[in-house]
Amino acid sequence: MKPTTATLTLSRRHLLAASGAMLATAVLPGRLRAAAPVKVAGVYTVPVEQQWVSRIHKAAMAAKEAGLIDYSWSENTANTDYPRVMREYAEGGAKLIVGEIFGVEQEAREVCADYPDTAFLLGSSFPPSDEAPNLGVFDNYIQDASYLSGIIAGAMTKTGKIGMVGGFPIPEVNRLMNAFMAGVKETRPDASFMVSFIGSWFDPPKAKETAFAMIEGGADLLYAERFGVSDAAKEKGALAIGNVIDTQADYPDTVVASALWNFQPTFDAALKAVTAGSFAAADYGVYSTMLHGGCSLAPLGTFEGKVPAAALTLVAEKEAAIKAGSFTVTVDDSEPKAS
Amino acid sequence: MTDLLDIFLSASFWVALVRIASPLIFATMGELICERAGVLNLGIEGIMVFGAFAGWLTVYLGGGLWLGVGVAMLAGMAFGLLHGVLTVPFGLSQHVVGLGITLLATAAAYFAYRLALPEVTSPPKITPFAPWPIPGLAAIPLIGEGFFAQTPLTYAGFVVAGLTALVLFRTPLGLALRAAGENPAAVEAQGLSVTALRIGAVAVGSGLMAVGGAFLTLSAFSSFFFEMVNGRGWICIALVVFGGWKPGKAVLGALLFAAFDAGQIRLQQTALGATLPYQVFLMAPYLLSILALVVMSRRASVPAALMVPFNKGER
Repeated sequence: MKPTTATLTLSRRHLLAASGAMLATAVLPGRLRAAAPVKVAGVYTVPVEQQWVSRIHKAAMAAKEAGLIDYSWSENTANTDYPRVMREYAEGGAKLIVGEIFGVEQEAREVCADYPDTAFLLGSSFPPSDEAPNLGVFDNYIQDASYLSGIIAGAMTKTGKIGMVGGFPIPEVNRLMNAFMAGVKETRPDASFMVSFIGSWFDPPKAKETAFAMIEGGADLLYAERFGVSDAAKEKGALAIGNVIDTQADYPDTVVASALWNFQPTFDAALKAVTAGSFAAADYGVYSTMLHGGCSLAPLGTFEGKVPAAALTLVAEKEAAIKAGSFTVTVDDSEPKAS
Repeated sequence: MTDLLDIFLSASFWVALVRIASPLIFATMGELICERAGVLNLGIEGIMVFGAFAGWLTVYLGGGLWLGVGVAMLAGMAFGLLHGVLTVPFGLSQHVVGLGITLLATAAAYFAYRLALPEVTSPPKITPFAPWPIPGLAAIPLIGEGFFAQTPLTYAGFVVAGLTALVLFRTPLGLALRAAGENPAAVEAQGLSVTALRIGAVAVGSGLMAVGGAFLTLSAFSSFFFEMVNGRGWICIALVVFGGWKPGKAVLGALLFAAFDAGQIRLQQTALGATLPYQVFLMAPYLLSILALVVMSRRASVPAALMVPFNKGER
């Protein structure tokens, strides 16, 4: 009969501990309770070093290192698997799930509706909806930084021909390209643009071939939306403007400036709302703007002193105006065309 | 029209054409060898991914470029052996096994990538093969630069195609291999092992596919991306049919497809590109290839025993 007694004692002890914990939870002030790390899960359709997702992952890792969250993630999840993985994390007790549902909008939104107690912060091309009040959407609204990088590009091009290679003409790609083009026009009103989409997100050899073709066509500066473009520019001695991440370390004589995306403000805002219990359907895209510190122009680095001073003055002016709220970069989601 | 003429008359178009065709030539030869022996190898796409990864990782870890090519070849052969064992002696469905190998190889490449590089911020780079112009020949106007100022791996692709044709049609081994794909019973009656021939063909063919993948990371580009093969393997399967299971015609097919691709990229930069939707251009190489396939494959002779498992002694 000894084992039974042991079991009984154990469960009694458990009961004691549990009630103690409950008591503590009830007595302790709210702020202390929030100190426990929030369970956060990331579900990504590509590996975490791919430029776009890397920004989200980086913000989450920073929060994890600060002890704010308990972070687990799945990368390279196929869109067909995506809703299942979302469910797994939701069932596993995640309080906040981050990711991107550009390729699986409808199904993913249904999953959100099935787990009303979990907050979802997902990259999406569509606005938040009433059907999923626990879904906050975001995108990289970094047009401010793209515009500034365009100003520099316009000052750096000699031929006035600029090549742009994109993956697919979806809103976030178009928006940044259009803002970049508007920036170029500030310093080079007669600039002409070549625009190509390669129909794939990760086919660097193809992006590189397309960039080569643009350089042959007279382009001396490329807008590197995809991996592979800067490589072509480097080989042919052309210049490039980076997007989302700073790759100047790999291309010191090629990448002049980059429009950087900082996901931290978006992530922090969502985390704060989750902790406060006030997370609601909202467009978190605004946290990517320069006004909220969600984007910036990368330091000139190796190109320090090589960019005309007039352009830099204009960049500084516009940046100040954007931050003061007196100037807004136009959000234009239409497909950019060669001109 | 003049735009089109300008494109064809620029040396850079020919350079791009041969560069785009190179990985296809390797993998198409690999698939052709498999199919000539009677085995359809749908593992091609995955094997190319694994080859791209294995070759790249070898160089990244400090191996030489040619060692990377060798490692890719061996890794491809390992997957080929698996494919061969399952489809030849066990006679399993070649479609199911092939697609299974593709899934396995892509997943394995990714798994190994993450094990090797658990925390990287951007895909690491290697120094790829540099172009190696052949003195004299590279100076030929128009096409010289395209065919004779490429990386050594491109030249290797043409050598492989030549060797494939030579072995298949000028040696006893090639005769036996082709017979295994046409009339395996006759091969067996000659005292040769159909099983060994077919497994061997699939292993060697898969090795070449992997080298085709490695071309992308060791010559066309310098880092590994999970999705970078991007359907090139499936194109090679079509190219084998296009070539009527003949190496020379298959190489021509690869060059033709690459010409369409290099052409559409350049056409997108002309005035036409601003008016037509970009999808039309992206679609063009495939559409034109299908048309060419219809014309070319009318008199093609399919290996009679393709996809037919051979059981010794069975009537």
